Amino acid sequence: MTIEILMPALSPTMEEGTLSKWLVNEGDSISSGDLIAEIETDKATMEVEAVDDGKIGQILVTEGTEGVKVNTPIALLIDSNELPHATIKNIADKPYLEKENVTSKPINEKSISIEADSSLITVREALRNAMAEEMRADKSVFVMGEEVAEYQGAYKVTQGLLDEFGGKRVYDTPITEHGFAGIGIGAAFGNLKPIVEFMTFNFAMQAMDQIINSAAKTLYMSGGQMGCPIVFRGPNGAASRVAAQHSQCYASWYAHCPGLKVVSPWSSKDAKGLLKSAIRDPDPVIFLENEVMYGQSFSCPDDDNFTLPIGRANIEKEGNDVTIIAFSIMVGKSLEAAEILKNKNINAEVINLRTLRPLDIDTIIESVKKTNRVVTCEEGFPFSGIGAEISALITEKAFDWLDAPVVRVTGKDVPMPYAANLEKLALPQVDDIVSASAQVCYED
Amino acid sequence: MKKNIAKKILTEPKMNYDLNLLQEMYKKMLLIRRFEEKAGQLYGMGQIGGFCHLYIGQEAVVVGIQSAQIDGDSIVTSYRDHGHMLACDMDPKGVMAELTGRKDGYSKGKGGSMHMFSREKGFFGGHGIVAAQVPIGAGLAFSHKYNGNKNVSITYFGDGAANQGQVYESYNIASLWKLPVVFVIENNKYGMGTSVNRSSAGENLSDRGKPYGIMSEIIDGMDILAVREAAVRAIEYCRSGQGPYILEMKTYRYRGHSMSDPAKYRTRDEVDKIRKTSDPIENIKSLLNKMGVEDKTLKDIDTDIKSVVAEAAKFAQVSPEPSEDELFTNVTIN
Repeated sequence: MTIEILMPALSPTMEEGTLSKWLVNEGDSISSGDLIAEIETDKATMEVEAVDDGKIGQILVTEGTEGVKVNTPIALLIDSNELPHATIKNIADKPYLEKENVTSKPINEKSISIEADSSLITVREALRNAMAEEMRADKSVFVMGEEVAEYQGAYKVTQGLLDEFGGKRVYDTPITEHGFAGIGIGAAFGNLKPIVEFMTFNFAMQAMDQIINSAAKTLYMSGGQMGCPIVFRGPNGAASRVAAQHSQCYASWYAHCPGLKVVSPWSSKDAKGLLKSAIRDPDPVIFLENEVMYGQSFSCPDDDNFTLPIGRANIEKEGNDVTIIAFSIMVGKSLEAAEILKNKNINAEVINLRTLRPLDIDTIIESVKKTNRVVTCEEGFPFSGIGAEISALITEKAFDWLDAPVVRVTGKDVPMPYAANLEKLALPQVDDIVSASAQVCYED
Repeated sequence: MKKNIAKKILTEPKMNYDLNLLQEMYKKMLLIRRFEEKAGQLYGMGQIGGFCHLYIGQEAVVVGIQSAQIDGDSIVTSYRDHGHMLACDMDPKGVMAELTGRKDGYSKGKGGSMHMFSREKGFFGGHGIVAAQVPIGAGLAFSHKYNGNKNVSITYFGDGAANQGQVYESYNIASLWKLPVVFVIENNKYGMGTSVNRSSAGENLSDRGKPYGIMSEIIDGMDILAVREAAVRAIEYCRSGQGPYILEMKTYRYRGHSMSDPAKYRTRDEVDKIRKTSDPIENIKSLLNKMGVEDKTLKDIDTDIKSVVAEAAKFAQVSPEPSEDELFTNVTIN
């Protein structure tokens, strides 16, 4: 009997990986539990164990192949008494390595144009470069968090920092968010510039008191004496299939509080330019990344001095008919929606907020004056969300320019469900942005 | 629960102490006492608003520890912070003007009793959330170690705060990373209205450092020389890079938790007895007497301090309220 060994999914968001090494050869007998291959995901390199006994009949994906999609057959397992290749002709003839199963890495490489003096890098690399560059430039910058040093980052964002900067600049903490956030804040009061990584912002809830009561308010309560130059960063928002406690957008929670700056990048350029500005900023900055975006590649300036200003939005696509306002992962979805809207003769303008506090309301109002119609997009809950705030501000500042009520595209008002179909329903999709845009243009 | 105050034997006989040092400590304790009495009065007159937590009775703790510090050490404490600020030589006028919410207060009137700071004097607050200052103090110690200087962080908290989880998160990291922090537990026997034996399991609060490998001592916090000697040991230990140290100070507050506390959880007798038998200021006063300091000298000190406090109270009432423009300043730096 022949069994297909499939490319395994090794993390919630893994869609593909690199088959970096085979640890067995064709003809080798293996038992359940034996190591057979090494697979590199965007998070880590992992060893794969055999789950059945038998003999490796044929290796279908050669080592070093990148972009092998999850569930692609990578080898065939035959009974121990069979001969390799002898019984598998019919299967081996199958074109396993069809183009759709193996793509070059990164996926979106072909569709991205690389700007001058820039390189195509992932959001993850951009974040790491931003930290490394700032750490080289300023000895008071250090990194602390769970698994940031020896493990190289739970999402590999801090990969290589320990090697370059050593244990006096990169600290693994115990899993005690409240305590280490407070220690980071104390270090910032002591004139250091900590970058505190939360493995995800879901866990930062444990540290909420320190972030709000100590980091955000002390400058005011001290009459301006006690600056707190600290960055709290990590993935925010929905990951994939991790359910309610690990999938939530906290943008509106932090943006609610005076004393904080709240930044949320979309592309690699955003990630690098904004994180460098956040590290240099004298105020506490909440830096909301997105796990799903980490592996995506964009053109990013190489210059060590490249920064983007906190508090300024970017118009990613100009248009005249409707303004779509988004941040983080929703910017990409908004751009996709804008492409679809072209077919409906709707020319959408897409604003990437980049910063949620202070909000670049001027850019929004200018756009409203041009398009007269607005759709806001976020993964977070609708009630008291970022969209609700933007809608209120537009009503206050540009009511007479509106030709339709502002429509909010948001996550549904429920804790995130686990089931794949329900999760998809709970999250805002491209189609939702398309139909909301059509609605405000009275084209639905 | 039985609590034994392990009286530490002083390494030097009391009579051998430097007289100037003793007089300075006496002055500082007296300044705190008189300042707090005045603050209580001003509160009664409606000049001070909100919460106001007085330090009367606990003066020997902060003055004894402060006498063992050097320039550059950091201090951080809870909301019962007036004594700590005066011990750090912060200006009584600026402290009192903050209590009255005026522009010349240390926080321009925007912090109040619980939130004052002076980077210049190494005083990092003044924190209103019970135990929030503990990881912050460990973080200040981190900055000293990171910068490679010999300074330490003195992190004060009360017996009430000693039950907060973030204290133990801080113990753990401070011990792992050998941070130069002296955790000073000011055990005044009551966390608001709940006595220690109704809130805290186990024998002694100081014992809770043991699982983290942190050295600890229990000290009679009403005896300033015992406090000072313990502080010298603890600070020296931290400065030499051996990691954190816990000092549990057995002390007592004479006043309520805050000004609005009717103090029904203890008897008048209990308070009076401690005042009569263990008052830290009376203790050092009688020592000074025994060492030959005349009553007149001590009385002159008292008169001087009363005038310093009266001046501070006057200043705090004539200083104007902050300008309305201050409402929107200092939210962020840029």
